[in-house]
Parts: sequence; C-alpha cells; structure tokens
Amino acid sequence: MTRLRTEPNISDGDGFYQELLELHQGRAKEESDAINARLILLLANHIGDREVLREAMRAAADAGL
Amino acid sequence: MRIFETPLYPYERSPDQDAPNPACHPVVVVGAGPAGLVAAIDLARRDIPVVLLDENDRVSYGSRAICFAKRALEILDRLGCGDEITGHGVTWSRGKVFFRDRRIYGFDLLAEEGHRRPAFINLQQYRLEELLLRRLRDLQSEGRPVELRGGSQVTKVEPATDSVLLTVETPEGPYRLEAEWVVACDGAGSTVRRELGLEFAGRVFEDNFLIADVTMKADFPTERWFWFDPPFNRGQSALLHRQPEGLWRIDLQLGPGVDREEEQRPENVVPRLRQMLGDDVEFELEWISVYTFQCARIDRFRHGRVLFAGDAAHQVSPFGARGANSGLQDVDNLVWKLERVLRGRSPDSLLDSYDAERVPAADENILNSTRSTDFITPKSETSRLFRDAVLNLAETQPMARPLVNSGRLSLPHVYLDSPLQSPDVDGLPARTRPGSPAVDAPLGDGWLLARLGDRFQLLALGSCAAETGYAGVPAGIRRKAPASGSSAALGIDVADEPGLEVISLPAGRHPLLDERYLGGAPGALYLLRPDQHVAARFTDYDPERTAAALRRASAQETDDP
Repeated sequence: MTRLRTEPNISDGDGFYQELLELHQGRAKEESDAINARLILLLANHIGDREVLREAMRAAADAGL
Repeated sequence: MRIFETPLYPYERSPDQDAPNPACHPVVVVGAGPAGLVAAIDLARRDIPVVLLDENDRVSYGSRAICFAKRALEILDRLGCGDEITGHGVTWSRGKVFFRDRRIYGFDLLAEEGHRRPAFINLQQYRLEELLLRRLRDLQSEGRPVELRGGSQVTKVEPATDSVLLTVETPEGPYRLEAEWVVACDGAGSTVRRELGLEFAGRVFEDNFLIADVTMKADFPTERWFWFDPPFNRGQSALLHRQPEGLWRIDLQLGPGVDREEEQRPENVVPRLRQMLGDDVEFELEWISVYTFQCARIDRFRHGRVLFAGDAAHQVSPFGARGANSGLQDVDNLVWKLERVLRGRSPDSLLDSYDAERVPAADENILNSTRSTDFITPKSETSRLFRDAVLNLAETQPMARPLVNSGRLSLPHVYLDSPLQSPDVDGLPARTRPGSPAVDAPLGDGWLLARLGDRFQLLALGSCAAETGYAGVPAGIRRKAPASGSSAALGIDVADEPGLEVISLPAGRHPLLDERYLGGAPGALYLLRPDQHVAARFTDYDPERTAAALRRASAQETDDP
C-alpha cells in the first residue's frame, strides 16, 4: 500500500510554483543547489514518516527514467 | 621515559622452549592489546590456564583508542578493575560543533541517571593497558594460571585435529607450542589471520588522518570539539578531545594522497595546531602519527579451534570509538563459552554462537562507523552538498542536529537473533529483552551489576521472587550429567553444573530497577548469562521452562518445553 500522497494537494499550485522559482531567482547554481538540499532536509523532517520518504525518493528517481 | 617506551614484560626464556615436544596449553591468546589482556584476565579469573603471547614487551605506543564506553567499563567491573580504570579516566558530556569559521551549536549528552558507570570515559589506550597489566599481575600473585610472554611473536599457525600448533619466534630463536584453543587478538594486521589465509573484506578509505597528543597548559573546557571545514584545515575536519593528565587528542583529516613523513614533521604540525588552538596557548607534542583505516571483517570469527577477536576479526573507522570497545565485548562474549567447553559443561557448538552473536555486532559497528565516515569525509559533490546543508541548518534548526554525524556513541549490540536466546514474553520493558546486556540500576547503597556474578543466574523480581523461594537452587534447574569429559590438559574434574544462584528482589523498593526490569508487570524472572546478557525472561516461574532456557543458553539442548 502506498502512503505517499500523489494526488494534487497544494492549493494554488501555480502560486507555489512561482514562489519556488522566485526562491532561486538570480542565484548562482551552487547557491541554488545548497538551498534545495536544505529544503529537502526541512521537508523530510516535517514529514518524518520513513516509509513516505522512501516512496518519495523512489518516485523522484523513477520519474526521470 | 614514557610508559609506552618502557619494557613492562621483557622476554624471558620459558621452559616450553626446552621441551622435547611442543608443550600443550588449553588456551593461548595471541596479542596483548586491550582485547588480549581482557581475554587473559577473564580466563585466569575462571582458573583456565592461559598463555598470553605478545610480539613486543610494552603497552601501545601513543594514546590510540581513547574513548571507553559504559559497557566496556561494566565488563572491566566484572573483571575487578573497573574502579581503578574509571578513576583514571576523564568523564565528559559536553561538546561543540564548528562549521568553517563559526561555532554552530553546543550539546550536552546528559547521561541517564541510575548507572554506576558514565556513558563513557576518555583514557589513553596505553594507560588502559597498563592498568590491565597490573590486574593480570595481581591475578598471578594470587596464584591464578596466567602467563604473559613478551618478545614472543607467532609466525606460523597450523591447525590440527584437536589442537593448533603455533611457531613462536623469540630473541633466542623459535619454538613450538600446542594450544587446544587459540584466541587471536593480534590486531588489524593479524598474523594468525594471514596464516590461516582468511580474507579481510571490506571498504578501504583513502583519507589520511594526522593524530597528535599534546599537553596544554591552557584551561580548555572538558568538551569534545569537532570542526567541519575549519579555516586551519580547509576542506577537511578536526577533532579536539580531552584525555587525563593534561593531555589532549587532536585529530586532523589530511585527505588522500599526502606525504605521510612530511605531514608528521613537527615544523609542519605545530603551525597548524597553533592556528587551531590560538596563539596564546602553550603546548607540547607528545606523540604524532598518520593513519588510514578500513571498515572490514573476516567472514567468520570462529575457524575451528582458532577464535578471532578485536581488530584481528574486524576493523572500523575511529569515529564512534568502536574498535577497542567492541574488542572488549568480543572477549566478554567468548571467554565464558570457552570455559564451559573446556570444562565439558557445554558442547563445542557453544562456540559457534560466539560467531553468530559477534559477527552481527561487528556489522553494526561497521555500519555506524561507515556512516560517520561518509558524513565527515563526503565522497561526492552531492554528498558534500547535503552534509553542508545539514551543518548550515544545524546552526538555527534543531531538527538538523541529530543528522550531524561526527561519530555515534558506541552502544552494546543486542543479540536479537542469537541461537542462545529464548523467545521474549509480552509485558516487560524492551530495553531488557533477551539478547540485551543487563541494564544497571541502583539498589540502595549498591548497584545491580555489581550483585551479578559471571555465572548463569536468575534474577527473580516482584511476585516471581516469592515463587522461586529465594536463594538456592530452584527445583528442576539442575542440569543432566555432562556428556563429555573435560580437557585433559586442563586437569580439571568434570563437575556438575553448580546450582543457579537466584537473586531475589522485592518490587517497590528500587524504583529504577522496577522501571527497567518490570515495567508495569507484578513480577519477572530473568535468566542472565555469564556475560550478564539476558538469555530469557518470564512473568511467572515454571521450573521446566526455565531449565529449557538454561539448556538453550548453554547450547546443551535445543528442545522446547
């Protein structure tokens, strides 16, 4: 049974996406990469559930194939 | 002259060297490091004759292992030298973590209350070895059968059917010895392992580390300081840790492919340390060394009549103090089993459980120390990206601090899948489940672990204390007559299993004992092994079931009640 929520769950998705881009606006790649890594860690801690995190990691890796 | 340059057990000619045929000994321990010394002490205390061979005649050169965890101290308590060794150590609980030029956070490990021993002490390995040697000498003067032969290097190991032939090189030439059992504690470069042609498989790390012991006049706090990517060691890491006697341990990561000779020259080390410690700190170098390490082990720790322990069996990174600590736990696990087999109280299959229990323990240590190493020395760009992200977050976000890994506290392995354990019952606390080392607890003016001996015994608590009828041998727990005779070389009569000692304690008198062993249950009966690990536990007393657990824990029978 999958526990990772894969149905849309963010209200105003376009607004969120814009904020995400704005976060990186005008930053060097190195800086952006560091922010992304910190973001992953903060979100992972918020989720906490190891199974959900494992599924998210798998889904992220598989989607690029 | 410093203690580690002093010959403490110089070579002396042994009568074995003039014997027409190789003299036979029940147990020969190879290597007088921490594991070998503890093995010899434990065997001698049990009146098992033991010869301890060491290629040199002095304690470890330089401080090397400096952190001894609670479980190791409890083992030393059992051997009668815990007070002295703990007393020589430095106890600490606070630390600071630095990233680049900033202190990102401080911590206090706040050890749990109600234990005789602290979570760990810092003590130079040579001091530990010196104190162990003193214990060994005391045992000798009590007439215990232990012999330490310095300047005696094992060069050849030939397994035979019921013994092992060893060739020992000495300043006066080689001689041969026969051993019923060999305990190989001869370190990471083990000759015994090489002689048996055993593969030491694992992962080699390329990074070099410079290790320095310095004496400082400065009034530095008793804390562990760890730097990631500090200004004085760009792109690398550094560690400052206090040892007794005004001595400090400094570890500097140097990276791969360095000129080791060059790096160890004081003119290169001193400016670096000055940058680290500040200009106004006076210090002197006591010892410098450059090392690399691997995380590896042999496939099995028992090879017939040769048993591997400590670094000879497994090697870990130094992060997390798992080398010497796990070596002590290896021999703690092994020696009582060897004693039972030599006395004919258990079949030699009991020694297979040494392998079954200590191999997973080694794997756990390797896993933990590999994780620390991967954090401290990131191996890819992405790995460094996440490492730095954790460190940057840790300054302001408490959520990131548990992810900072500069070495995890060495905790004893729980023998969960051991063939010696009986299935657990419901309703008792998890921390004392079968396979766990007995957890200490205060008993009025004493301690639980000090009350436990080093034989099988029952701990009967609360309502079970009344059921088993207090001290004495509970009905049904005497074992059957031994199946085989004892070792001839040992000269010990086949003795019946002595009755189990029962330690009975009422509930409601020692709150931490109740919390750790009863939880909310009215009573519990614990079967403890000679190494003070829990073999089985019940919430009521059933003689046959208890006897079956004892038979299983000593590998005598595997029948279920």
